[in-house]
Amino acid sequence: MNDLQQLSAMALWGACVLYAIAMVAYAIRLSRVAELKGAAAAASKGAESQATVSVGTSHTKEGAASAVADAQPTGGKAGASKPKATTASAAIGDQKATKALGIARAATLVGAVLHTVGVTARGIEAEHVPWSTMYEYTISGSLVAVVVFLLVQRKRDITYMGAGVTGLATIALGLGLTVLYQDATGLQPALQSFWLVIHVSIATIATGIFGVGFIATALQLMRDYRDSEPKVVSNRFLKVFHDPGVRVIKGKTFRFLEAVPTPKKLEALAFRLNAVGFVLWTFTVMAGAIWAEHAWGRYWGWDPKEIWSFVIWVIYAAYLHARTTQGWAGRRSAWVSIVGFAAIIMNFTVVNLVFQGLHSYAKA
Amino acid sequence: MARVKIDNYAVADAPRLGVRGWLRWIWRQVTSMRIALILLLLLALAAIPGSVLPQWPQQPGETKAFIDNNAVIGPVLDKLGFLDVFGSAWFTAIYVLLFASLIGCIVPRAIAHYKAMRAPVPAVPSSFARYEPSGREETDVDAATAIERARKELRPRAGWLGALTGYRIRVDERVVRDGAATTSDGKERRELAMTADMGHIRELGNLIFHISLVFVLIAVGAGTLLTYRGQAIIVEGRTFTNAAVAYDTFSHGSGFDPADLQPFTVKLDGLDAVFEDNGRPKEFTAHVTLQEPGKDATQKDVQVNRPLQVDGAKMYLQGNGYAPVFTYTDGDGNVAFQGPVVFLPQDQVYTSTGVVKVPDVTSGEQIGLKGTLLPTEVTKPGGSVSIHPDPGNPVIYFTAYTGDLGLDDGVPQNAYQLDESQLSPVRGDDGQPFVFGITLGDTVTLPDGLGTISFDALPRFAAMDLRADPSLPWLLAASISMLVGLAISLFATRRRIWLVAPMDTPTTVVEAAALAPSHDGGVEAALDRALAATSGRVPDADEEDE
Repeated sequence: MNDLQQLSAMALWGACVLYAIAMVAYAIRLSRVAELKGAAAAASKGAESQATVSVGTSHTKEGAASAVADAQPTGGKAGASKPKATTASAAIGDQKATKALGIARAATLVGAVLHTVGVTARGIEAEHVPWSTMYEYTISGSLVAVVVFLLVQRKRDITYMGAGVTGLATIALGLGLTVLYQDATGLQPALQSFWLVIHVSIATIATGIFGVGFIATALQLMRDYRDSEPKVVSNRFLKVFHDPGVRVIKGKTFRFLEAVPTPKKLEALAFRLNAVGFVLWTFTVMAGAIWAEHAWGRYWGWDPKEIWSFVIWVIYAAYLHARTTQGWAGRRSAWVSIVGFAAIIMNFTVVNLVFQGLHSYAKA
Repeated sequence: MARVKIDNYAVADAPRLGVRGWLRWIWRQVTSMRIALILLLLLALAAIPGSVLPQWPQQPGETKAFIDNNAVIGPVLDKLGFLDVFGSAWFTAIYVLLFASLIGCIVPRAIAHYKAMRAPVPAVPSSFARYEPSGREETDVDAATAIERARKELRPRAGWLGALTGYRIRVDERVVRDGAATTSDGKERRELAMTADMGHIRELGNLIFHISLVFVLIAVGAGTLLTYRGQAIIVEGRTFTNAAVAYDTFSHGSGFDPADLQPFTVKLDGLDAVFEDNGRPKEFTAHVTLQEPGKDATQKDVQVNRPLQVDGAKMYLQGNGYAPVFTYTDGDGNVAFQGPVVFLPQDQVYTSTGVVKVPDVTSGEQIGLKGTLLPTEVTKPGGSVSIHPDPGNPVIYFTAYTGDLGLDDGVPQNAYQLDESQLSPVRGDDGQPFVFGITLGDTVTLPDGLGTISFDALPRFAAMDLRADPSLPWLLAASISMLVGLAISLFATRRRIWLVAPMDTPTTVVEAAALAPSHDGGVEAALDRALAATSGRVPDADEEDE
């Protein structure tokens, strides 16, 4: 084991652990904000019923506003948009939320730095771009997801997605280091092409962006189901079996969903991410076809990897159409994009490991 | 026979749709977004079996084995087209319908967009009360100057290019709409109203994307007609002449005449195969001499990702292996066979198999030899294996047969297999089939006076793939325009900015508002830039777009 290899592995394990910590901290922060919102809503209801608007109340309003704003130094829209009232417990919740957010951000940032070090060290050790095997693709793709999250975070507050993104990165790094790990080797003749740099890097970036879009869509659907009213079933016996999913999602476990934006806003965010992902995926497929023409003498041969890249492209195309089709906009189109991301995961796992095809060097 | 009713109304006397009505209804359904959506999802679903089941065009051997091994379901799946998904009737039906839907949708939209682009930009609304964001700016220049400055700011480039990439502008002089139309002394109050409209390019990109898709399909279709492809194996030191019959396999589309092949020659001067110590391939390079008719011979290198360009086609290095050279001297002392025999590699360490067929013996039965080449032979407890693809210690193990090779039946034979139906193994003194190993440079005498075989040399061979597809540049162009159209249709912003400046007032107060989708974060900055331009103020720090 040489130094670079050790450095890479240690940095990536460090990033994995930090992401796990960040995920927990983001989750705590989310549930605190949800609690705060719940308390604020309850308090404002009480205030409305009294129907008195005194100077004192407006003071407390401002106080709450500043307190919540402190909790979200980025100007988080989640809590700051409707500061109604404050209570002692909410103030404690505030502090906890602030603390959790600080930990989460620091852990994510340091994790991303370590992650970058790990991926770079792997690339230097292997003497080629770090995305030629499944292991390398996993560590690079998850890095892209985290970086996309951090970049979007700079422009708009998407702290609520932190738990999802860092969770995804933790799983990807953990699986990569334990299951998929392979020692660095030289490139096979078929991979010795600058198209490896272009085709696979764009595929990696597209996957990372689709990953963040997937989390936004998942939150959108969960929030949507939580907001909706389950169908009323009068039958006593059928009632038990009806809409168990809605029951669960309306329960306490999913109270954190109160702190994420409305389904409409999440849909808009997911669309923008998926649109970028789709353009990049189109480019990936095109670049892949050009490379295939160079290396194998045909641009398209319905190899399993090509089939699944095509399937992914068609599903996301369907998603873009569904968004603007009556009766499909909203939940249904969201489900189509979820299926699309499932196909991406499928393309990366089952297609690499089970199906025989020309792309099989990805696993070796 | 009663007239066939193709429609069925609850009210008997209701007017019928008729055949034309039904056709129109069907067309409307096919071109609706909902059907397009369902067809897209079906297309994705229909492609999946192609990755799960073996496919005839990709893996004919495995597909045949699959049918043989699944006596019940195999032939059924084959009949239903699941073993050739992308050539099956149902897959074709889905994409043909999809493209019909696409064309039916895109043609009316293209016409509508053409009309919309020629139509004037809509006028400024009477009141800005309902619009957000909005703003106002005081300036000491007159209305015409103020509006002109804003116009220059928003659309620095004139002409069609400016209209395509930026705002389209319309300026009206009109009676004041928002407020009293006349002054106190009865004079008419007038104002200049400007609309800056952006985003029509979004629909244009959308149309470009879909039209390009149609061209991609046309290019692919033309490609299958005009393409040709051949596979040939060239041994080191040998020359290949380009002609359809010279290829081991040659296939072409119906639009290509094999007689058009240019008779160039390719001589394989040498093949470098570099492996790592653990046997992983590192680099393959075929050094060839290309001789085109009427031209000087040129030396070229062909590598896996670097095909040889010749005669509008490309020659790819698709594989390599060993072609050991043998000399067989028959029992009568005559050389009955001499030359290289291609052995096909079977694994990562180039354990290769091949057969030597000797039909022309002076007397007696024909001879066939079945061999396995181990490039770097090592004897292990379980038997001999090769541990590296390089020829470190090449040994070939042969089993010899005598009898009828079956070459004279006129039935095409696989050059890499021995038809054992009319052959019997040569037996040694112990009565067991005679198996012998032969090292490079060795000569082995076969039992029963069957002659001798010597292993003279071990050159490599290159498996070359020649392929031409004249549609490729068109396909590339269509694909690139598709990508560009897609990016425009997804990322172009739709936005409208209005400015109104009252005329003949001491100080001009410009009112402005904008209309944009909620996710357009850049609209406020654009509005502020336009307003700031009217007075010459430095605009507020630009918020980043998005």
